[in-house]
Amino acid sequence: MSETNVIELKNVTKRFGEVVANDNVNLTLRKGEILSILGENGSGKTTLMNMLSGIYFPDEGSIRVWGKDVLIQSPRDAFDLKIGMIHQHFKLIDILTAAENIILGLDGPMRLNMKEVTTKINELTGKYGFDLNPAQKIYSMSVSQKQTVEIVKVLYRGADILILDEPTAVLTPQETDKLFNVLRSMRDNGKSIIIITHKLNEVLEISDRVSVLRKGKYIGTVDTCEATQESLTEMMVGEKVSLDIDRSNPENVERRIEVRGLNVRNNEGYHVLKDISFTANAGEILGIAGISGNGQKELLEAIGGLQTIESGEILYYTKHDNNVIEKLHQMSAGDIFDLGIRLSFVPEDRLGMGLVGSMDITDNMMIRSYNKSRGLFTDRKVPYNLAAEVVDKLDVVTPSLETPVRRLSGGNVQKVLVGREIASAPRVLMVAYPVRGLDINSSYAIYNLLNEQKRAGACVMCVGEDLDVLLSLCDRILVLSGGRVSGIVNARTATKEEVGLLMTGGKENS
Amino acid sequence: MDKHSKKSAGRTVIHMEKRDSISRSKAWMIRGAAVLLSLLVCAIVIIAITKQNPLEVYAGIVSGAVGTRRRIWVTVRETVVLLIIAVGLVPAFRMKFWNIGAEGQILMGGAASAAVMIYAANKLPLPLAILVILAASCAAGVLWGVIPAFFKAYFNTNETLFTLMMNYVATQIINYLICIWENPKGSNTVGVINSKTRAGWFPKIFGSEYCLSVFIVILVTVLVTIYMNYSKHGYELAVVGESTDTARYAGINVKKVILRTMCLSGAICGLAGALIVAGASHTISTSTAGGRGFTAIIVAWMSKFNPAAMVAVSVFLVFMQQGSIQIATQFGLNENASDIITGILLFFLIGCEFFVNYKLTVYREEA
Repeated sequence: MSETNVIELKNVTKRFGEVVANDNVNLTLRKGEILSILGENGSGKTTLMNMLSGIYFPDEGSIRVWGKDVLIQSPRDAFDLKIGMIHQHFKLIDILTAAENIILGLDGPMRLNMKEVTTKINELTGKYGFDLNPAQKIYSMSVSQKQTVEIVKVLYRGADILILDEPTAVLTPQETDKLFNVLRSMRDNGKSIIIITHKLNEVLEISDRVSVLRKGKYIGTVDTCEATQESLTEMMVGEKVSLDIDRSNPENVERRIEVRGLNVRNNEGYHVLKDISFTANAGEILGIAGISGNGQKELLEAIGGLQTIESGEILYYTKHDNNVIEKLHQMSAGDIFDLGIRLSFVPEDRLGMGLVGSMDITDNMMIRSYNKSRGLFTDRKVPYNLAAEVVDKLDVVTPSLETPVRRLSGGNVQKVLVGREIASAPRVLMVAYPVRGLDINSSYAIYNLLNEQKRAGACVMCVGEDLDVLLSLCDRILVLSGGRVSGIVNARTATKEEVGLLMTGGKENS
Repeated sequence: MDKHSKKSAGRTVIHMEKRDSISRSKAWMIRGAAVLLSLLVCAIVIIAITKQNPLEVYAGIVSGAVGTRRRIWVTVRETVVLLIIAVGLVPAFRMKFWNIGAEGQILMGGAASAAVMIYAANKLPLPLAILVILAASCAAGVLWGVIPAFFKAYFNTNETLFTLMMNYVATQIINYLICIWENPKGSNTVGVINSKTRAGWFPKIFGSEYCLSVFIVILVTVLVTIYMNYSKHGYELAVVGESTDTARYAGINVKKVILRTMCLSGAICGLAGALIVAGASHTISTSTAGGRGFTAIIVAWMSKFNPAAMVAVSVFLVFMQQGSIQIATQFGLNENASDIITGILLFFLIGCEFFVNYKLTVYREEA
């Protein structure tokens, strides 16, 4: 393979209002290589790639593709240049089959010949080693199958340059291995691939070269064989970072939450939690692992009084010695709060449940406590002080306390939410994906906060997606699969593969 | 590849970009330019369609709206009525409850006022009669507002359709009432109620019978502004509007908030009915609301729920509307002529906000 550049970005700059998302970025992609774009959340990786796939348009700089200066105005322009992007959020139509989704939007003859389409799809899947049934409907597919459809979709359109945005975020370790094999086989067939990620071990495993972005700026490109986790982290963060979580041994462990035979159906009537039973202890961090959408959200919401429960019990042990037990399964979130049970909850959907996007930080601080003050009017003094404290303690970057939280970056939104929930000195602390969107330093700050809460005697439950982190943060890990508890393991002794296997229900062997 | 490079050679593309910030003076210059431009376009339209001197037509509009003491008071009266309806819509809209049933709520409030005037006002001292009228109209508005709210809260029905259809029901009820209250017989109208005794009519204060309306509207506007910005209720309904999930998470009783807010919204719109019937027309008909329930939606949205802006927008719309009546008679034009002028003005005023927020940049691709 000769070293020709298929894509060259020169001094590309993209601004959104006052925010500079990409600042003078230079980047090259060679033919037949896998290039990782590494950077923390908010470093501008996705923005940069969206300019290649025709979603954004650069303010300054030039893009050369196949040796020619081009203007990419729309995704169609990108396809004409044989560039295909697989987005983090799939763009598929649930009620159509894989094949129908793949040809969607393509010009074609008046009469569709699905047989021909299927043959062509099968050729592609055979060539690169995909596992895909073209006649399967999207809604019956797993996340990794949907991703396969997205990849085949761009290949079908003749893409020679593939861009994958955080493709492993939703996959189990086993599925990730499979994906990487396919990517390698595509590279060996002459395709050029860009993969956006912030997971270091994956970068080292899959890519030929790594380009690093930091806060919108281009830092540099290195050959993967010369890089280490430490050197890449330093490029990414700009300073040496210790990647250790200070996990203390659990002390004064006592039963705090007990779930017995819990069954929950969601609004559509699906049985999302099936016969869940477990105990969560004070002074301990219980990790909850699982492929996303396997009941994690519903489980936390059920405990928090936000789900209608079909059957089962959720018990809250006030203090071990006098055994005052509250039945949380009969209460709404408001009831739990009114009883004075300090149960804090950082939900997965931050702006859809935990915060109000159009309100400022102060108004968001009082969302769970506005009713505590007396009288008809709201008291904004206490929440204002709390807001100032959270902003100061967690280094929230915001123009002012009066800025609507929707205008903050994802990481700062998360800090506001976590800061508020921890401020009430919770007895039970439930967090879903607490570091999603945070940079490495902030992530470790949050891990330390969780450990602090654990040492202070809170019962911490943490839904996570990064198994490496869960294994080094938690004391025990509960694994959910298809709405059932497929296992509870000791986080100090379990391996990643073991947990990965439980995530798929323990059926698959790989 | 060849095909593509040919297609893109020398293309010029225009991209809109969000402005980082804009100085206040520049923003007002853009708005000023928009007004001038719109007057220019209006002038061309006027000349093209009516062959009239546009300056005279503009003068006619001004004279129609504020030309005499009487006209000024009518403009004020119409403005405050439009304003109070818009204020009534604000709590519902902030809760993202699309109440387009103000029309019906006004009619029901008006009907309640008329009923009190007909059946009770002659037996009561005037201040008490006025209080009963205000209370009855609020109650009728609450009833009309809370029915769709109940179905929304408990069965998640679509409030837009529901409130719209309630308007038609209200119109039919008015038709029925006209049959009962017909005066004189056979006229198919209610006529001026209590034209001799003036029982239940808003009294003259400071030399005008419209002053009481003005006071009521100012009071309601101030109270609603405080309610929205400083009360717990206002906070709760804003959270519910943003996301019911967040509201449940916050421990807010969503059903209760929906019902309570629509009671308030309906009550204020019903009150507007009293201002129209007891405060101005002293009669009731199916056109008592006169589309103001819909115009008020424009007022509320254009002002982004800001009370000061709502005053300005109400004044503008009523000014143009009163002016149109004048030019219709003065120049023998159809009243719609002024609608065209209003439309052109609004188009430019709203459209120029785009240039306040965005700028256009032209890119050229190398051949």
